[in-house]
Amino acid sequence: MENLLNIFVKSIFIDNMIFAYFLGMCSYLAVSKTVKTSVGLGLAVVFVLLITVPANYLLFHYVLKPGALSWLSPSLAEMDLSFLSFIMYIAVIAAIVQLVEMVVEKFAPALYNSLGIFLPLIAVNCAILGASLFMQERGYGNLAEATSFALGSGLGWLLAIAGIAAIREKIAYSLIPAPLRGLGITFIITGLMAISFMCFMGIQL
Amino acid sequence: MDTGSTKNRALVSKAINKDNPVVVQVLGICSALAVTVKLEPAMVMAISVTMVIACSNLIISALRNLIPSSIRIIVQLVVISTLVILVDQVLKAYSYEVSKQLSVYVGLIITNCIVMGRLEAFAMSNKPLPSFLDGIGNGLGYAWILITVAFFRELLGSGSLLGYQIVPQAFYEAGYHDNGLMIMPAMALILVGCIIWIHRLRNPELMED
Repeated sequence: MENLLNIFVKSIFIDNMIFAYFLGMCSYLAVSKTVKTSVGLGLAVVFVLLITVPANYLLFHYVLKPGALSWLSPSLAEMDLSFLSFIMYIAVIAAIVQLVEMVVEKFAPALYNSLGIFLPLIAVNCAILGASLFMQERGYGNLAEATSFALGSGLGWLLAIAGIAAIREKIAYSLIPAPLRGLGITFIITGLMAISFMCFMGIQL
Repeated sequence: MDTGSTKNRALVSKAINKDNPVVVQVLGICSALAVTVKLEPAMVMAISVTMVIACSNLIISALRNLIPSSIRIIVQLVVISTLVILVDQVLKAYSYEVSKQLSVYVGLIITNCIVMGRLEAFAMSNKPLPSFLDGIGNGLGYAWILITVAFFRELLGSGSLLGYQIVPQAFYEAGYHDNGLMIMPAMALILVGCIIWIHRLRNPELMED
């Protein structure tokens, strides 16, 4: 239990998707003009991560990992399909996003209206694939750890995009040198936010 | 033929400068920032991405009349991820060290928006040769940003280039220190911000209001 909390806190603050690994920067820069839409996108990312990372965890451990197929028949124990992981992960993500979109549209129209437009965008958000690849690379021990990592990185991403959107709403009134306006200043502010997040690095968990 | 070659050259040069994928179209930022701590991985990454963009543009453009538009995203993803798996296997075989340093970012070329963006915007509606050149141009546009950022980060952050020490030992003895902040992710963002600043200063038509 302690370990789960540890992974959760670490993936929000120390290994933040945006500030430490720059994942999902494209949508982060494109959609962060108002707080309301960015929170919507952030929630959609949390939602999709919570489903795709555990799904890919199961896929990796029961199909792709070297020797993972031995539950099927002992003669397959030598199989190593891990070179297929990229294409399998992206297929799982694209399929799940499509499925989630249909389910949400059918059973929760209100949620669909607020998240719906973002869901198709998310299939190609690097944060989603990145989380699955990190899950594989860091070798989380069980399903609960992978889920806690997914929730933490999703919330970290939400925190980052909500923060930059709030700052961008205020900065609209500031006098910024013309060539820096828009994109340039957003980069520099993100850099400064990343510096402030560096203070979490020293925390020993 | 003459006009054809000028047009083709324009395809490449436009993508490097006026229509740069990173600083103007704002695509593919994630990997552009993450792999730039050292010059060597940045160069490997730049070459890999250029290869993937050019080849996937070529393949998709050759197939563009055969792909039903309702499933084009899936087809594009399959082509891209196949190419990325090839790149990943080649890197693992021939430069394992660099492949370890790039870690997940090789896999993330699949979701690199430059690749998808160029497929959608260019390859789906143009002939194979121009598409291939467009891919090369965008890859080079991505490459020069990556290499510039990596150059400054390695020079100021570690005092070396490509692993060779550049700042003389005498400087360190006289009290010079490497700037530890340059190795941190934060400085990559600020450096790209500065590149955008200079680029827009020189191309005033790109400024936002």
